[in-house]
Amino acid sequence: MENSNVNSIEQMQVQIDELKSKIAQLESSRKDQLSIAVVSGDLDKVLAAMVISIAAAAMDTQVKLFFSFWSLSALRDPKKSPKGKDLISKMFGWMLPNGTKKLKLSNMNMVGMGPKMISYLMKKQNVMSLETMLKEAGELGIEIVVCEMSMGLMGFKKEEFIDYPHLSYAGAATFVADAGESSIQLFI
Amino acid sequence: MTADELKSVAVAKSVDARGTACPGPLLEAKKTIGTIKSGDVMEILSSDEGTKQDIPKWCGKQGHEYLGFVEENGYFKVYMKKQ
Repeated sequence: MENSNVNSIEQMQVQIDELKSKIAQLESSRKDQLSIAVVSGDLDKVLAAMVISIAAAAMDTQVKLFFSFWSLSALRDPKKSPKGKDLISKMFGWMLPNGTKKLKLSNMNMVGMGPKMISYLMKKQNVMSLETMLKEAGELGIEIVVCEMSMGLMGFKKEEFIDYPHLSYAGAATFVADAGESSIQLFI
Repeated sequence: MTADELKSVAVAKSVDARGTACPGPLLEAKKTIGTIKSGDVMEILSSDEGTKQDIPKWCGKQGHEYLGFVEENGYFKVYMKKQ
């Protein structure tokens, strides 16, 4: 009789432990966190990503941005000129926009007239410039993860990116893991 | 709160965010909220229409109390009480 009581208590203990670990999983699965895969290098789209990120960070939501492919152009610092690139990498470097000021618009680009007009309007209407937004983002602790694969593909070097306080380099699995625990996931 | 009640409320800190567009006012509010005490009232001056909707949402998420807004000439004042 006593034995069976001990057994059932032990069984209950096992069940409680299982439930506890399941609850812990559920609690950690969706954090107050925003993950964005920023793939586009268009001025308007990178701006959208930054506006949303800053608003989220201002609301104390943790923000993790995964920059991949064309968006890497936005992180290039035109004042830096990395050495030791092969010919194709150099050509890519010349052809792709070098920094935030050289980004194109996804619509109405008009051989560079569009971005100039937008920049003028943004200044006139007190919208923060992309450079200012990146600075604010750094102060707010917004994390930027650069896709290693895209970097290699386009021949970009770490030395040519902006001095951003929370910049790291990783692969797709990092985005998947971050996005998996975020309550908001976006692709821009 | 009504506009008249808001006008007579004791404001601990006023944030003038009239020189910035979205998400500037929110950012200014976030920077200033850390400098006031719990129960204090903060006033945000903005000319960005979106702020009227954004500040209540921010308050809702952060647990602060949104008090309302007052229209002025060409801008408005949004009031909130820190949690």
